[in-house]
Amino acid sequence: MKFLRNFFDKAYEKAGDKFHPVVESFDTILFTPNHTTKSGAHIRDAVDLKRTMMFVILAMIPCLLFGMWNVGEQHFVMMNETVSFWDKFLHGAIKVLPIIVISYGVGLTVEFIFGIINGHSLHEGFLVSGMLIPLIMPVDTPLWMIAVATVFGVVIGKEVFGGTGMNVLNVALTTRAFLFFAHPTSMSGDTVWTSGLGGMKDLAKTGDPLATKIVKGTETVDAYSGATPMGDLASTAGKSEEVVTSIMSKFQEGGANDISHSLFGDYLGSIGETSTYAILLGLAFLLITRIASWRVVVSFFAGGFVMATIFNLVAGDNAYMALPALHQLLLGGFMFGMVFMVTDPVTAAQTNKGKFYYGFLAGFIGILIRVANPAYPEGIMLGILIANVCAPLIDHMVLNGNIKKREKRIAKAKA
Amino acid sequence: MAKAIKIRKGLDLKLKGKPELTTQDVPNSPFYAIKPSDFPSLTPKMVVKEGESVKVGTPIFFDKYREAIQYVSPVSGTVNEVKRGAKRRILEVIIKADADFTFENVDTSGDTKEVILKSGLWPTIKQRPLDIVADYNQTPKAIYVSGFDSAPLAPDYEYLLKDKKEALQAGFDALAKLTEGKVNLTIENSTKNTSVFSSINGIELHTINSKHPAGNVGTQIHQITPVNKGEFVWTVNAIDVARIGTLFITGKLDFTKTVALTGSEVDSPSYFNIITGASLTNLVDGKITSDNVRVISGNVLTGENVGKDGFLGFYENQVTVIPEGDTHKFSFTEGWMAPGFSKLSNSHAFLSSLLPKKAYDVDTNTNGEERAFVMSGQYEQVFPFDIFPVQLLKAAITNDIDKMEKLGIYEVAPEDFALCEFVCTSKINSQQIIRDGLKVIEEECM
Repeated sequence: MKFLRNFFDKAYEKAGDKFHPVVESFDTILFTPNHTTKSGAHIRDAVDLKRTMMFVILAMIPCLLFGMWNVGEQHFVMMNETVSFWDKFLHGAIKVLPIIVISYGVGLTVEFIFGIINGHSLHEGFLVSGMLIPLIMPVDTPLWMIAVATVFGVVIGKEVFGGTGMNVLNVALTTRAFLFFAHPTSMSGDTVWTSGLGGMKDLAKTGDPLATKIVKGTETVDAYSGATPMGDLASTAGKSEEVVTSIMSKFQEGGANDISHSLFGDYLGSIGETSTYAILLGLAFLLITRIASWRVVVSFFAGGFVMATIFNLVAGDNAYMALPALHQLLLGGFMFGMVFMVTDPVTAAQTNKGKFYYGFLAGFIGILIRVANPAYPEGIMLGILIANVCAPLIDHMVLNGNIKKREKRIAKAKA
Repeated sequence: MAKAIKIRKGLDLKLKGKPELTTQDVPNSPFYAIKPSDFPSLTPKMVVKEGESVKVGTPIFFDKYREAIQYVSPVSGTVNEVKRGAKRRILEVIIKADADFTFENVDTSGDTKEVILKSGLWPTIKQRPLDIVADYNQTPKAIYVSGFDSAPLAPDYEYLLKDKKEALQAGFDALAKLTEGKVNLTIENSTKNTSVFSSINGIELHTINSKHPAGNVGTQIHQITPVNKGEFVWTVNAIDVARIGTLFITGKLDFTKTVALTGSEVDSPSYFNIITGASLTNLVDGKITSDNVRVISGNVLTGENVGKDGFLGFYENQVTVIPEGDTHKFSFTEGWMAPGFSKLSNSHAFLSSLLPKKAYDVDTNTNGEERAFVMSGQYEQVFPFDIFPVQLLKAAITNDIDKMEKLGIYEVAPEDFALCEFVCTSKINSQQIIRDGLKVIEEECM
């Protein structure tokens, strides 16, 4: 390791003051710095922000790998082709890797620019955001859009507030919300979720026979809609009973979106959000290492479950509302949001008590928006963002409780 | 006996270098120091000049703003040097000791408070709020004494005090005269039948479980009756209670101390008889197993880095020697990406969390760079107070006096935040922040 050490020592000399943060960023990835304690406790816990963030990335790996496979799986289902596991995975990897490269490349560039301006090395927050962003994107989102949205997310979502640890909104969700509102056609509808489907539709318009067949569904077993379960469910609104029944049959046992498929995750959705099993693997890892707060996870689930159950009770003949609560939570981004988004410690409530209210609020509002407003099938994103905004308020109320208790004690002591 | 207190939050750091229960003598050190830095917010005013000869108990300096508080020489000899720093601030007053000691006469017949003030033992009494030497113009609501030290590798008070029951009783009797309230003594639950403290009269005895920071007097005060704004309580270390008792029994000042020499870099850690303020050279010489070490007067959480030639702090009964961590560590083998069988952490992010009983040698590396607050809920795991630690720290950082008061600054001392500082992922120096916050409170609100 000596030559690496010498390399960095020389690099510092060459970089000068201005680019010192850049060299330092790479140096501190390969070497824990030689900083010693100057004041206070002489020994410090072995954990640091780098390890913490790296563990969150590790927790996302199952979702990423499954997502790659699922992208291939969904593509070849559309093409009505039977290919091997590795072909599917390869197809997915080829589609997903550029998104990851763009997300990290653009995001880290922005971070380094701010680091050079402010004279600090790379703060680790974006290492996680950079992996979250690809996992919550539809696979056919144009790369330039991801680049623009990432810049928006990092600059407006985080750096204007002061960088890692200071942001009010979750950076990855800010990125996605930006795309959702700025480029709705590329982020929703039914052409963006399957790799290649958008292209096929364009091709079909020009009269290409194979594309026409695929789009019309004659080449596939079922008519290929390209819609996510969320899209399907949202489209039940105002439809005739026959159409609703046919859509809802997908969610019955044996259908394409029944509980077991929802758990396994072989259906359309954002790249990393579909497989509940993969997400739960990540959750287990984050809970065992005590990185994610169980308080937020449990209360988020409870919030979603309560809202979904309320919808069940008042559903009447509304098929979306009548979808069983548990099934509702297994679909779309709810589980992914529960493990990787709402648990972001910076944007969550900081107090232990507040975390319960915060998580519950996010889950509750997420399902409320998802079901009550079919225009926003991904209500979870908005639910969490709204809870992010409310988190300081929740903490304020919890703190006030503590302050009141202290004031009462003083009053009692004086009496 | 009052109800047993149980705290769930806290953390016992298992370090290598626990002292054996044997005591040895070391040759008397030639040099002794009194350091104003041991007494936060003190402005010393010198009484003696360099070259003057002093006896045990001769005032060296006094507190400019509370003139009755005298800081006296622990040995007899001559004032060797008054070390000054920036703005001529006094850093250390170094005294060269004589071979044989002569003592100042202390008349122990008068008012207890006067006797302690005149004797020079008053600085052993500290106050909350502010964690400074007690203000003799106040009458404290109560006095608190911790009967044990739960800090990492801390000395065993039962061992140190086993022959001093009489002195302890006399000390507690004296303390009882200083307050209209109770003198509260808290001992560890498992020692309640065997403790040297169990038969002390005239005090309120409490028991608590052993998890650190249960032995910190701040934790005990908070569990018994928290300090409110406008109230004062005083605290005394149990070892110093015996010292005060000895003064009243014999009429003589006794500044001898038995300190625990601990830490992973000490060859066979055990106890040694020295004198308050002694240079550590004689103590550590030949007992350290490696070169690049940090010699700490006190424990690893709250002590002071004094170096091999430094002096023992006024309040300390422990010296800890641990390795310095001033090397770059390659991430994958021993740095932040290592599997971590030998890494001490409260986080469960290292494989060492599978080995709960293992003892560690931990160096002084911060194990990462300082960052803004990111993780939440970490401090709360080790902070057994009904106080929001992070929010209080943020109030202190921003000098928000109103918020600090509301969130409980009057109830805490820097040492209460030592474990928070240890577990912090963002490597934030909480103890200094709290000390600075207390300074602001002292200037603006007291």
